[in-house]
Amino acid sequence: MTVPVHLYLALAAALFSIGAVGLLVRRNVLVMFMCVELMLNAVNLTFVSFARELNDIGGQALVFFVMVVAAAEVVVGLGVIVAIFRRRSGATADDLHILKG
Amino acid sequence: MIDAAAFIPLCPLVGFTILLFFGKRIGDPLSGWIATTAMGGAFISACITFAGLLQLHGAERHHIQKLFTWISAGSLHVDASLLVDPLSVTMVLFITGVGTLIHLYSVGYMHGDEKYPKFFVYLNLFAFSMLMLVLGSSMLVAFLGWEGVGACSYFLISFWFDRPTAAAAGKKAFVTNRVGDVGFMLAMSLTFVTIGSLDFTALNQAPLARATATGIALLLFLGAAGKSAQLPLYIWLPDAMEGPTPVSALIHAATMVTAGVYLLCRVAPVLAQAPTASTVIAIVGVATAFVAATIACAQNDIKKVLAYSTVSQLGYMMLAVGCGAYDAAIFHMVTHAFFKALMFLGAGSVIHGMHHEQDMKKMGALRKFMPITAYTFIIGWLSIAGVPPFSGFWSKDEILLAAYHKSPILWAFGLITALLTAYYMTRQVRLVFYGEQRFARADHNEHAADAEEAEHAHDAQHEADHTPHESPWVMTAPLVVLAALAALGGLLNLPFSPRFAVLSHFLHPVFGESLIEAHSATTLKLVLVAVTTLAALIGVAYGWNRWSSATDIPALEPRLLANAYEADTIVDTVVVRPSRALAEASFAVDRNVVDGAVNGVATLVGKGGGLLRTAQTGYVRSYALFVAGGTALLLAWVVFRSVG
Repeated sequence: MTVPVHLYLALAAALFSIGAVGLLVRRNVLVMFMCVELMLNAVNLTFVSFARELNDIGGQALVFFVMVVAAAEVVVGLGVIVAIFRRRSGATADDLHILKG
Repeated sequence: MIDAAAFIPLCPLVGFTILLFFGKRIGDPLSGWIATTAMGGAFISACITFAGLLQLHGAERHHIQKLFTWISAGSLHVDASLLVDPLSVTMVLFITGVGTLIHLYSVGYMHGDEKYPKFFVYLNLFAFSMLMLVLGSSMLVAFLGWEGVGACSYFLISFWFDRPTAAAAGKKAFVTNRVGDVGFMLAMSLTFVTIGSLDFTALNQAPLARATATGIALLLFLGAAGKSAQLPLYIWLPDAMEGPTPVSALIHAATMVTAGVYLLCRVAPVLAQAPTASTVIAIVGVATAFVAATIACAQNDIKKVLAYSTVSQLGYMMLAVGCGAYDAAIFHMVTHAFFKALMFLGAGSVIHGMHHEQDMKKMGALRKFMPITAYTFIIGWLSIAGVPPFSGFWSKDEILLAAYHKSPILWAFGLITALLTAYYMTRQVRLVFYGEQRFARADHNEHAADAEEAEHAHDAQHEADHTPHESPWVMTAPLVVLAALAALGGLLNLPFSPRFAVLSHFLHPVFGESLIEAHSATTLKLVLVAVTTLAALIGVAYGWNRWSSATDIPALEPRLLANAYEADTIVDTVVVRPSRALAEASFAVDRNVVDGAVNGVATLVGKGGGLLRTAQTGYVRSYALFVAGGTALLLAWVVFRSVG
């Protein structure tokens, strides 16, 4: 039995929305970071779905690029977060608004 | 030999450069001697050039020495080149000659001045500019010199700029000259548009339409009126007496103020094609001569009398130019340079000896204290008064003859001016060198209230301090040389036989057909000469008798003349105040409209930025919301566009 592609896409859309809303409403930097990961992986899911549906290997190849970029982002992002934890007690994003205009 | 012409302007330029950089280190007497040597070098070069010119004959006496190409743009081609012909060589000879004497005189006169080296820097720069003006072969080179002498005149009038009157006089001279300069510039434009060249030679050979010739002539005359102090632009010259006296002698009597006359003589063929312009020049000239002479009758400042007299004599030269007697104009220019420089230097010697007293009413009997100054001044006086056989008699006579040929009315005014000239110069000599000595008596009156014995003691001491003294030899030597020249200058151009008219003959290749020869019967000439001489003698005799002992004759010094017909007040009301109002109005427009627009834009940007900065909250989530919202909007646009 094959799962139809629209279900995959619906799941991806749901994951992306959860990630986006989470990014907007949560204050914890670490959680916001995880939400970004969620959105990235929702996109990966759509890539893979379409790759299978359209029988095009390009979509799967692109996923690897996204993963590499995501890994690099995690490295940099976690580094920044660790630096913030060292200087401040908590990790609330709203505390970091020194760039206010 | 004729190529020595390049050294004529080069010498003062070298002197100027040396003094500009090392003047302060060279110091008091030596920098003056360097400047004098530079001028002497120019004079020697001028003599060599003159000798070279004499080897050529007739029309060959027209040598253009190209130094370098100055401007080459499209059809405009200007060489920095020197024009050596009898006219320019005559000018150069007397400019460098008189200039050297005045430089020598300044060595003594300026001694002890704080800015001694700077004075000679300006003086040499002036000499360079003047020589370029005279030698320039194109209008543009001449204009360079023209502006240079104007600038130097400004520097030197306001040389003692810590005196407000001197600073104001410098500004007045500069601005008034600027009015004339506009005429010169427009004349250059008109010339270039008409004949496509700025060379004097090309202009003088070109056949011009009568209207064009009249236009060029009148515009050049406007320039000349500014530089040569003709009505109504003469007002700067009397004020220019605020400068040091050698400057008055060199710039405002002998050389710079004659530049206008020289310029008109240089374009004599153009004037010959424009009879209307010539008539205008003659009328303005004689009017200037007459008006300035009347003003000079009522002045008390020893230098002011000479200044108005200079304006008057320049009017004579213009009259000669307007009558087509260009050689007479140049002749009078040369003799005037001799006797007026002599009298200015004499006046300077008097001022020097009197410890900076310039009021003639406080002088008197000075010939006992400074005999050399007095007797040389007397030669200058007899010369300007037109007493035969001194030089002024011959040159003035020639001008009056030409004026009679043009119109007896011009001649009549010229004659009255000659009479007035003789009168006011006699008055000056009488007040300064003859009569009782009034400087000590003035002291006496001041202290009349003091106790008699104390007063005597005081006076005796005061008098010892204030006794006028003869000037040092560096000042009297130029006086003696100039006195000899003023006495014998008439030999340059004696009338009655063409063989004696050396100067006219020498200048003939330049003026040639442009001259309007005054062909009159010998009897008429003799009658005119007799009348002129009689007028001069009447003026001298009347002045001599009236001012024998009196110092104040109100009837002969009306307030209107003493105030120079209120010319300064009139100019102030008619020109200065409206200009000031206009300037203030444009300043208001500039401040409110132009600046307002710029400031308005700046305020707008600032306020807008202030409004937009509230969007930068610093919260990551609000930025994320903007990104999300933007994406949603873009998406919606893409979707609805494809649907629509």
